[in-house]
Amino acid sequence: MSEKTLSPAGHTEPVVFTRDMLDWLPWLEPVAEIALTARQKESLIDAARSKSDYFRLLARDPDILEARTRTDKDIFYNPTAGAPRADRELAAAATSRLNGCIYCASVHARHAAVYGKREADVDRLLDQGISADLGDERWNAVVAASAALTAIPIDFGPENVERLRKAGYDELAILDIINAASFFNWANRLMLSLGEPAVQK
Amino acid sequence: MTDVINELAGIAAGSPLDKARDNRAEAKKHAQTSYDSLFSAKDFGAFPAQERWAVAAFVAALHGRPETVDYYAVKLKDAGGSPELQVALQSEAVTAHAHGPYGHYPSGPLSRENSEGLKYAVTISARHALGRRLTAAFEHVHMLVYHPRDARPDTLKAMLDAGWSTTDVVTLSQLVSFLAFQIRVVAGLIAMQGNTK
Repeated sequence: MSEKTLSPAGHTEPVVFTRDMLDWLPWLEPVAEIALTARQKESLIDAARSKSDYFRLLARDPDILEARTRTDKDIFYNPTAGAPRADRELAAAATSRLNGCIYCASVHARHAAVYGKREADVDRLLDQGISADLGDERWNAVVAASAALTAIPIDFGPENVERLRKAGYDELAILDIINAASFFNWANRLMLSLGEPAVQK
Repeated sequence: MTDVINELAGIAAGSPLDKARDNRAEAKKHAQTSYDSLFSAKDFGAFPAQERWAVAAFVAALHGRPETVDYYAVKLKDAGGSPELQVALQSEAVTAHAHGPYGHYPSGPLSRENSEGLKYAVTISARHALGRRLTAAFEHVHMLVYHPRDARPDTLKAMLDAGWSTTDVVTLSQLVSFLAFQIRVVAGLIAMQGNTK
C-alpha cells in the first residue's frame, strides 16, 4: 500500500487564537476532486465543499460525513425556537478554545461576533480563555456549560442546567447549548487530528 | 424507531424531553444515522465490527460515564470480543485514566497554557490480547479523547504503520469523535432530568 502521511511545508502556523480566516492543511491524502464518486459528492451536501481538503478527506467515508454534516447544520442553522444563533456559536467557540482547536475557534468566534455584534467579548474569550468575563451572565453561563461538557471526566450536571435557566434560557435553548458544545467535541477532534491550521497568505 | 441517545439517557419516546429534542429533529435523526453508519454499515471494509466495538468500548471506558461504559462493553461482548480482550480493555482503561483536555500549543504566546498529562502507551501485558492494530488504535484513541491538541502527523503514521489504511483512519477518527459528541449529549440530557448520573 502506498499510504503515507503528508507533511505540509512553507506555511505559517497561527500561534494565537484569532478571528482571522485561516487555512487548514491535511496530514492524510484527501480524495482528489476529479476522483470523487457520485456518492462522495452527495455526501459533501454543499457542492462548493469539493474545493475543501478537509471535506474531501472526510469523503473517504461518505456515510458518516453526510450524517455528521446534517447533524451540524440543524444544530447551528435551524432558526426555529431554541438559543439565538450567536449563543450556539459561542458554545462552539468556547469548546474549541478549551480543546485548543485554533482553526475551529477562528470560524465560530467570527460567527459569534457577527451574529451577537459583540466583537470585544468574543476577543476576550479568545485571548483569556474560558474563564474570561464576557460581560453578562447569559454568555458566561453558556461558556461555563460548554467548558463543563468539554472537560473529561465530564463535569456537566444539573447545576449547569439551573444556571442556564436562571440566565434566561428555556428548555429548547438549553438543548441547543448542549448540542452545540457536544458537537464541537466531535468537530474539534477531527480538525485537530487530521491536519493543521495555517495563516492565510 | 431506535434512538440510542434516548436509550442511553433514559428518555422514553413521546416524553416531554423527547419532544423537546424534536425541535432539532434533523440533528436527532442524524445523530442516529451517524451511529448506524459507524456500527451497522452494510460494508465494514477493512475495519471489522468487532474492532469498531472494541474502540467504542475503550472510548466509553475513558469517559467513565456508567450508562455508556456498560452499553459499549456489552456490545463488544455480543460482537464476540474474547474474554482476554475484554479484560485487557478494562485494565487498560484504568491505566489510561486522565483528566483533560490537556496538551501543547505551537510555540508562542500560548505556550504558557501548555499543560502536561499522561502520554499513554498500551502496557506490554495487554499488547498480545489487543494485537497490533488495536494497540495502535488505543494509543491514538487516548490522545483523541484526552489531549487532541497534541496530534501530529506522526500520530497518524503510527496508525498507518500498524496496518490501518488512510480511509480506515478517517472512519476511526469519526467513530471516536462521534462518541465524544454522543456521550456528552447523553450526559447533558441526564443533567436536564435533574440527575447527576
